[in-house]
Amino acid sequence: MKQTRDSIADIWGERTPYYNEQWPIRLDERVEEEPHHWVQAACVLCSAGCGIDIGVKDGKIVGVRGRSVDAVSRGRLGPKGLHGWVANNSKDRLTKPMIRKNGQLTEASWDEAMNLIVSKSKDIIDQHTSLGIGFYTSGQMFLEEYYTLAVIGKAGLGTPHMDGNTRLCTATSAAALKVTFGSDGQPGSYTDLDSAEVIMHVGHNIASQQTVLWMRILDRLEGPNPPKLIVIDPRKTYTAAKATVHLRPKIGTNIPVLNGIINILIKEGLIDHNFINAHTVGFDELKAVTDKWNPKRVEEVSGVPESDLRAAAMLLGNTRTLVSTALQGVYQSMQATASAVQVNNIHLIRGLIAKPGCGIYQMNGQPTAQNTRETGADGDMPGFRNSGNEAHMKQLAELWNVEVEKIPHWSPPTHAMQIFRYCETGSIKMLWISGTNPAVSMPQLGRIRKILSREDLFVIVQDAFMTETCEFADVILPAAIWGEKTGCTTNVDRTVHICHKAIEPPGEAKSDLDIFIDYARRMDFRDKDNRPLPKWNTPEEAFEAWKECTRGRPCDYTGMSYAKLSEGSGIQWPCNEKYPNGTPHLYTDLHFATDYDNCEAFGYDLDTGAAITAEQYKLIDPKGKAFLKSTDYQPPYEEPDGEYPLWLTTGRVVYQFHTRTKTGRSKELCDAAPDSFVQISEEDAATYGIEEGDMVEVTSRRGSVLQPAVIGNIEQGIVFIPFHYGYWDDDSRSRAANELTYTDWDPISKQPHFKYSAVKIRKVAENTWDGPSEKAEHMQRVDNHNFKMEGA
Amino acid sequence: MLVGNFLELAQVVEQEMVKAFTMVAEKHTDEPDVYETCSLLAKWSKQHLKDLEPFAQKYPAKPNVSPPRMERMKFDNEQKGSFALMRDLQDLWLLATEADTCWLILAQAAAGLRDDELKATLTILQKTTKRQIAWLQTRIKQAAPQTLIVGI
Repeated sequence: MKQTRDSIADIWGERTPYYNEQWPIRLDERVEEEPHHWVQAACVLCSAGCGIDIGVKDGKIVGVRGRSVDAVSRGRLGPKGLHGWVANNSKDRLTKPMIRKNGQLTEASWDEAMNLIVSKSKDIIDQHTSLGIGFYTSGQMFLEEYYTLAVIGKAGLGTPHMDGNTRLCTATSAAALKVTFGSDGQPGSYTDLDSAEVIMHVGHNIASQQTVLWMRILDRLEGPNPPKLIVIDPRKTYTAAKATVHLRPKIGTNIPVLNGIINILIKEGLIDHNFINAHTVGFDELKAVTDKWNPKRVEEVSGVPESDLRAAAMLLGNTRTLVSTALQGVYQSMQATASAVQVNNIHLIRGLIAKPGCGIYQMNGQPTAQNTRETGADGDMPGFRNSGNEAHMKQLAELWNVEVEKIPHWSPPTHAMQIFRYCETGSIKMLWISGTNPAVSMPQLGRIRKILSREDLFVIVQDAFMTETCEFADVILPAAIWGEKTGCTTNVDRTVHICHKAIEPPGEAKSDLDIFIDYARRMDFRDKDNRPLPKWNTPEEAFEAWKECTRGRPCDYTGMSYAKLSEGSGIQWPCNEKYPNGTPHLYTDLHFATDYDNCEAFGYDLDTGAAITAEQYKLIDPKGKAFLKSTDYQPPYEEPDGEYPLWLTTGRVVYQFHTRTKTGRSKELCDAAPDSFVQISEEDAATYGIEEGDMVEVTSRRGSVLQPAVIGNIEQGIVFIPFHYGYWDDDSRSRAANELTYTDWDPISKQPHFKYSAVKIRKVAENTWDGPSEKAEHMQRVDNHNFKMEGA
Repeated sequence: MLVGNFLELAQVVEQEMVKAFTMVAEKHTDEPDVYETCSLLAKWSKQHLKDLEPFAQKYPAKPNVSPPRMERMKFDNEQKGSFALMRDLQDLWLLATEADTCWLILAQAAAGLRDDELKATLTILQKTTKRQIAWLQTRIKQAAPQTLIVGI
């Protein structure tokens, strides 16, 4: 084994300080054996999207290294990237299809499995139309696979029931960008971090979530002219430890805090009137809404001291450059879209957008979430087209050579939470789950398990491992993963990377693309000229078809090719004749995507989610100006009370990804973060007589879990449980955080509210347990060490 | 003058809105978005009642003139499920539309009376009522195909 650094002990590695130049190279590598050759790819274990080379020896992955030419990482990799690849070699990969026979999952041939799916599909369509069929996919497959799935769903079957698990992680990002700018698409570029004077992280623990992006910020902090950091987060995270100003709002009070900041900016005259007049609409309403949120009232509601709020506003109000990021602390909390939009508004009223050093990253949670959104494998239309715009739908119909009526666009496609609700009521009869694990990741797991075990629901699970969700499958399809197939990924700053196939998949596992195409052929989907639909078979053909779909749209890929993407670094879309090398910043002409003919959505009521209609939009068409939308505060739907007196919030730990289907196969990552835990404040620990490592029962109205206690670094009244841990490797106790969470969602983005539930806690056992307490102690050691590293 | 009598009618409509939104919310708790949004919209109608109060004082209703009442659905039936939900949303829409026309009618009177305060209040009420209607339409459109084609 050879590694350039120990990313477990020191997550972010050595500093390479810099300012306003190209980020210096640092090459990270970890191999178990010396590879025979390297294969170009991108890391898929967070949303940063770092270039990665896969090391191959004798048809097996033996290690990885960063790519120094890569604009995103400049050679760096985080702990998940350096270790997670071992999952490919894991002995417990799924290698054969399985079919449930007499209640038991038994091995089957591909023919048997696919023919069963096809006959089931045809039965359902005969009896109930394709509205009886739903798809729930991922944020971790490749662009080509999503686009193929989207075409099968929208033009082959014609079902509106298709969404990705991006609904849980990134739907609000898309919604907020649509609301403000008319279309999805991140305005900024990661290179903005190279020169920004102020960086604001809202509900985003970037140090743990996107470790390589955080390295970039740490390098800035050590270089000349270090940026000032504003962190808005109720927890004292690694990120918050570096903050110039750390605002710790009570759960669910993002809107009061952000309205309060805007209020100060307006009152102090720290806004760009020329920019507001020339490039935005809605300022008067924004002013009226935020006017009520003076710092004193903000403090009363959110607990953020007036002086801290002012300090943050002054930094924001006096900087010439600003990067803001938002993630789950915004997206999975109350008033998600409305809060994310306020982050956009801060940039707009200060005129800090569409130029170097000024970026908004409405972050994604997953490596290819952007692709799920672009291609329409979530609840959107491909190429950021507007389901309410008949001309857009005609474009798709022409592209696919199908009747426009075939494409389900009578209302927005069905979001994941509603898909599961339709399954619960029995009106969706077949649910095809690919590359995701809802039995651990959805809210209120008791309910999800009940839904998935319904007799009248035919469940297909397409995955690489025997996940908790597989337990409920009627058919399991073994899938190839990253490293075993070719395809593209697009990250938060619109950088498109190609991931080449490095090795063969194990056993009979097939790529998701091959599986979807196989289904389409067996279903015999045809276009108007009786030609097979989709018309492609290979990843590159799918990519070429996708390019045509994006022509003239904001996410224009037409200037890219597999050859060009294989040359070195990734390329930022739009990439076309006008911008052959891609585009770091969108909207540099300050003309936003809000024109009626161009916009992806007509907008929504920020309180109810009511859709603005095409006719209404024509009357307010801002023709390229951005919307300053805003709304007043609404308290969370569930709040602590006498019976359930504490807030539960959920989130990630740095060493694990999602439900650990991949990271859970790495010994080093698992040793670093072996088990779930509940983080409790010192005050609450004293109240409940809980000591470090004690086993604690956490109960909500939905269920209860047992977790070893970790004490400190969190506000009184709040407890935190990481959401990664389910049951595939340890079913000895109830431990998945989502046993407790609440089934509810944002009215616009439909993203569930994982960030708050009312719970009660009690100690059930002293720290005498060998298992969890030892693990908790170990975790605490690692945590303390990294906090020290941060403080250093 | 019958402005007071019509204000009284509008109040009855809004009282029914509060009641109906609350009932629909509580009946369809299995549809979390319906529960939360209907609860929110009930609050908006409560606020409308508060906003109307000063004008009901200002324009007392003439005794012995009972305005003809429209026949309305009762929301206290026990039917649940998607079909019942769609019917309930449709009934709410009818009720909200009645409120909307109340503001239209009263706004005309307010103009004739040169009562700027009443006019301003009605503009606000009209706006929120339209937002209630917009949500109902959005949700009905979403529910309709699934309910009618694959309905359980």
